[in-house]
Amino acid sequence: MTQATLQETDNIPVHPQESGERKWQDFFSFNTDHKVIGIQYLVTSFIFYCIGGVMADLVRTELRTPDVDFVTPEVYNSLFTLHATIMIFLWIVPAGAGFANYLIPLMIGARDMAFPRLNAVAFWMIPPAGVLLIASLVVGDAPDAGWTSYPPLSLVTGEVGEAIWIMSILLLGTSSILGAINFIVTLLKMRIPGMGIHQLPLFCWAMFATSALVLLSTPVLAAGLILLSFDLLAGTTFFNPTGGGDPVVYQHMFWFYSHPAVYIMILPFFGAISEVIPVHSRKPIFGYKAIAYSSLAISFLGLIVWAHHMFTSGIPGWLRMFFMITTMIIAVPTGIKIFSWLATMWGGKIRLNSTMLFAIGFVGTFVIGGISGVMLAAVPFDIHVHDTYFVVAHLHYVLFGGSVLGIFAAIYHWFPKMTGRMMNEFWGRVHFALTIVGLNMTFLPMHKLGMMGMNRRIAQYDPQFTSLNEICTYGSYILAVSTLPFIINAIWSWLYGPKAANNPWNALTLEWMTTSPPAIENFDQLPVLVTGPYDYGIEHRKQDANPELREVPL
Amino acid sequence: MEIPSSIWTLLIGIVLTLVSFWYGQNHGLLPTAASHEATLIDGLFNTMMIVSTGIFLLVEGVLIYATIRYRRRAGDNTDGPATEGNVPLEILWTAIPAIIVIGISVYSFEVYNDIGGFSLHGGHEAPITQEAMSMPGTAMAATLDKDQAGVGATPEREGKPPQLVVNVTGLQYAWLFSYPETGVSTGELHVPIGREVLINMTANDVIHAFWVPEFRLKQDAIPGRQSQIRLTPTKVGDYALICAELCGPYHGAMRTQVVVESQEAFNQWQQEQLVASEETLNKAVALNLPPDEFLAPYTREMGIHSEMLHQVHH
Repeated sequence: MTQATLQETDNIPVHPQESGERKWQDFFSFNTDHKVIGIQYLVTSFIFYCIGGVMADLVRTELRTPDVDFVTPEVYNSLFTLHATIMIFLWIVPAGAGFANYLIPLMIGARDMAFPRLNAVAFWMIPPAGVLLIASLVVGDAPDAGWTSYPPLSLVTGEVGEAIWIMSILLLGTSSILGAINFIVTLLKMRIPGMGIHQLPLFCWAMFATSALVLLSTPVLAAGLILLSFDLLAGTTFFNPTGGGDPVVYQHMFWFYSHPAVYIMILPFFGAISEVIPVHSRKPIFGYKAIAYSSLAISFLGLIVWAHHMFTSGIPGWLRMFFMITTMIIAVPTGIKIFSWLATMWGGKIRLNSTMLFAIGFVGTFVIGGISGVMLAAVPFDIHVHDTYFVVAHLHYVLFGGSVLGIFAAIYHWFPKMTGRMMNEFWGRVHFALTIVGLNMTFLPMHKLGMMGMNRRIAQYDPQFTSLNEICTYGSYILAVSTLPFIINAIWSWLYGPKAANNPWNALTLEWMTTSPPAIENFDQLPVLVTGPYDYGIEHRKQDANPELREVPL
Repeated sequence: MEIPSSIWTLLIGIVLTLVSFWYGQNHGLLPTAASHEATLIDGLFNTMMIVSTGIFLLVEGVLIYATIRYRRRAGDNTDGPATEGNVPLEILWTAIPAIIVIGISVYSFEVYNDIGGFSLHGGHEAPITQEAMSMPGTAMAATLDKDQAGVGATPEREGKPPQLVVNVTGLQYAWLFSYPETGVSTGELHVPIGREVLINMTANDVIHAFWVPEFRLKQDAIPGRQSQIRLTPTKVGDYALICAELCGPYHGAMRTQVVVESQEAFNQWQQEQLVASEETLNKAVALNLPPDEFLAPYTREMGIHSEMLHQVHH
């Protein structure tokens, strides 16, 4: 087989320096360049990841022993509430938006997003919302009703903290909606001529599905939270049973967004993994259309499964059965993706670099979360394990084993494009090894804990669970340590790493057809599509014209 | 001798199936099953565990095998084969998971029916609603026309009245149980073995959830609403009753005991509770003593002689 070759010379700006270099100040200002905004999203969300991670380790430290002996129960509840809120709304969701911002215009050959100013507005809502949320700790009244914030509990815990939480989520939700509009319009209207929807990279398909979900579901959460804030601050009783309100209605409104939110958090990284695996396996993606349309199927089904979070709440039997069946069906499109990734790797020439290791880790651990998800969909079993550590295990396998490993795979993959520097391979592997060990040590024992009878969101537990909890806690410390090689590697490589070639991985999607980092206007001339996004192993005419292009360092 | 790959596939398939079946029955992940419903739910879980073990081993096996077998060898800068798909294979891996989840759905549906998930009748069960109205906490507009949530009578017992009714109220951070037939009120739940018990629940302040891991049943107790669980305990023992819905900082401390005991032990316990409450009643009756006798203990403390009290005109 010969190496697929590229039209990269065709598209490289003739005068890459012409429009000036990015100054570091640009990254701290209201800049409308999608690449600056993408990096702003990624760096900001990573900072919040570290903050949320410290909170997770404080929670785990409390849980090392069965008694309440590290923080007060009130602080404990605030810690897990903030941990969940930060990890969801300030880390995984904005990290997905960061990659989408950076990559979509480059992948479709556009010079920027459809609405650059709106794009910057969407980003600049995130830092104030995050600071506001964390400021609740300084005020001394941090939200402590869980990230689900169910009334009546959320109405009788600290009023200030709860109001801050609602405000912060409303800001973040608005930012998410603005971003989604931008992605959809950009994807529909700004593709280069000749790029039909079936030449679109799979990451773009995934972001289209994600953005549709954001647009359809986030407004419902906003409505629910506004009503909740009326109950909290103005004394109305929409959800307050003392005045005839119904707390179960809030749960419907909350989960109508928050279940799709799970797909908002995983679909972008399904997309990223679909980019990473073919490039580093040197094979075309297996079943392009199946993967592309399964994203849309997941997006649609994701809208009609929300009440599976309420199987033990106040819903009638027939509704439980309806939501059980829709939830089970989601396993089918998800399975299609996993089998397609495996088939893409099968028979390939897999480069086992940090990117690919994280992608393999993603597939391997996400499967566990997917399987436990099908188990949780079965109502009789869910009645037993709902609100236990089994659910905690499941959601972390999906969101850590899935989304976070996907984020790291994507960072290692696109870092050379974003910064123009290569990351260090050795420390990338150390990062991977520590992450996989820490992740499984932390979350695997939680399955058993939940089934044996440990409920979630508790600061004290039955002493029979001590030894398993100790394993979880030490695993979480390994996870904390695992971040250090990554942080040091990223900062050091960004400043002093070896210069990256324009296309260090020999990839075929358009973002690799410009300089690293791309010039301010992305492409000097509009790029021309010569190959499909995944045409590895397919010979092209131009290869003979430019034989030297094969000698690309790995 | 070269072994053909079809033989290998067959062998691996057999080993995978055997391991899955063995692990699905011997996972040791569940506590004792102490109710009729628990046995049914465990059967469902074990089946899902068999299927899951198979899928897990298959995916991880293929992933690790492909990673090692198809890793890039040093110096090889060529691409792999340009396979873009295989429609029959894709149909296969769409159809098989679809059949598996439909199978699990049907089995779950059966189990859900068998544990009584479909035999709840809104507010029509008169004894429940009557009791519900007199339960503490339901002064909050309990809307009885809503569909009740929870788990009802098993198909065999449908339409028959429960053999024991217990009303449960959750409040921060305790459970209150009352037995309407005898008037006993306690802080821990006692139920006789082998008799169907109906547990009606509501909450006073915030949402709580009634969970006994050994019964495998859980139901939210929601202020302003009624919910219920109907179950038949099958194993004598003391189990933990846990609040499973976040209800405040001391959520983790909101737990009490469920005692499953023989009918005789249960009757005796009820008697003891009644005697205990009668004693309280007697104490109250004792308050109707003549004032001097009533005041005697207090006056003695104050150093006033009891005769002096007789002098006091009343």
